[in-house]
Amino acid sequence: MEDDVKKFLYVNRKAPYGTIYALESLEVVLIGAAFDQDVSLAFLDDGVFQLTKSQDTKEIGVKNFSPTFRALGDYEVTKLYVEKESLDERGLTLDDLQEITWEDEDDDYEEKPSIRIVTRAEMADVMADQDVILSF
Amino acid sequence: MEYEVNGTTIEADEEGYITNLGEWTNDLAGVIATAEEIDMTEEHWAVVNFLREYYEEYQIAPAVRVLIKSIKKSLGKEVGNNKYMYELFPYGPAKQACKIAGLPKPTGCI
Amino acid sequence: MATLHTVNKSPFANQSLLSCLAHAKDGDTVLMIEDGVYGAASGTGLADAMVAMASRVALVALQPDLNARGIAAARLLDGVKTTDYAGFVELAASHDRTQAWL
Repeated sequence: MEDDVKKFLYVNRKAPYGTIYALESLEVVLIGAAFDQDVSLAFLDDGVFQLTKSQDTKEIGVKNFSPTFRALGDYEVTKLYVEKESLDERGLTLDDLQEITWEDEDDDYEEKPSIRIVTRAEMADVMADQDVILSF
Repeated sequence: MEYEVNGTTIEADEEGYITNLGEWTNDLAGVIATAEEIDMTEEHWAVVNFLREYYEEYQIAPAVRVLIKSIKKSLGKEVGNNKYMYELFPYGPAKQACKIAGLPKPTGCI
Repeated sequence: MATLHTVNKSPFANQSLLSCLAHAKDGDTVLMIEDGVYGAASGTGLADAMVAMASRVALVALQPDLNARGIAAARLLDGVKTTDYAGFVELAASHDRTQAWL
């Protein structure tokens, strides 16, 4: 039922542990993945902090959910758009982010990168191309 | 509710998922399985161990379709199919196997 | 194919309004609600940037939220329109999608 597939974009603009938004977003993405829609995630502004390496929450008493981003490929969520300007403003590069991949079943299970670095203008295009935008 | 294992009491919620994931042992898995009326076979253990490894790596229990897809890849399609998984865990592979593996109820599992 | 953007935080507290303006496409509408309406006032550090935006996106502020905060019509930036709750619903219905900038 290709006609029923809508483009859903989850927009993430908050850092991971100061508020509950980031974790809530990830949970909605995982649950929503069961509905076979065309899902993308956008990370901009402080949202880019969600994807950084080496997070360790042991001493703040909350769950470290950053490893869960690496499971998204299993849920067929394979497009994570990350805004370059937001990284630049925060002194980050792609190397500071976790490696997130998905296995392409149609290409001999080859591991392909899920993170796509885009400019602010390209991010605006991604947003304007959606049927539904969910903000966190 | 709670489980008794080798003289120790292990706390669980009202559905039988243990409260403290760190208290899980193989013996506890056997006790939970008995409460679920499941005789643990090699295939049951393979699924339980897979779930524990998945949780360790990704900090979530996989949704059932993700579990079956992954089991199919690692253990073959004889085990990794809907029908067989439900034969192993009649009340739902994700739900019941997660409980025995000492994991929280899978996200998105109603 | 236009988007209705809503902004509900003061632009002096966080980046939401600025980020919204940086991603809005020509012909989109930016609706300021709740504390977002502080962005619609003239004489602020953001006023020039807002006036420059008004030529390519429609800037709208929610009247009940302006009233609640004592922002009189005379203090609104040139080019900012106002609307009521019914108008908010009309805007949501007349755009292709709505994006909330939280």
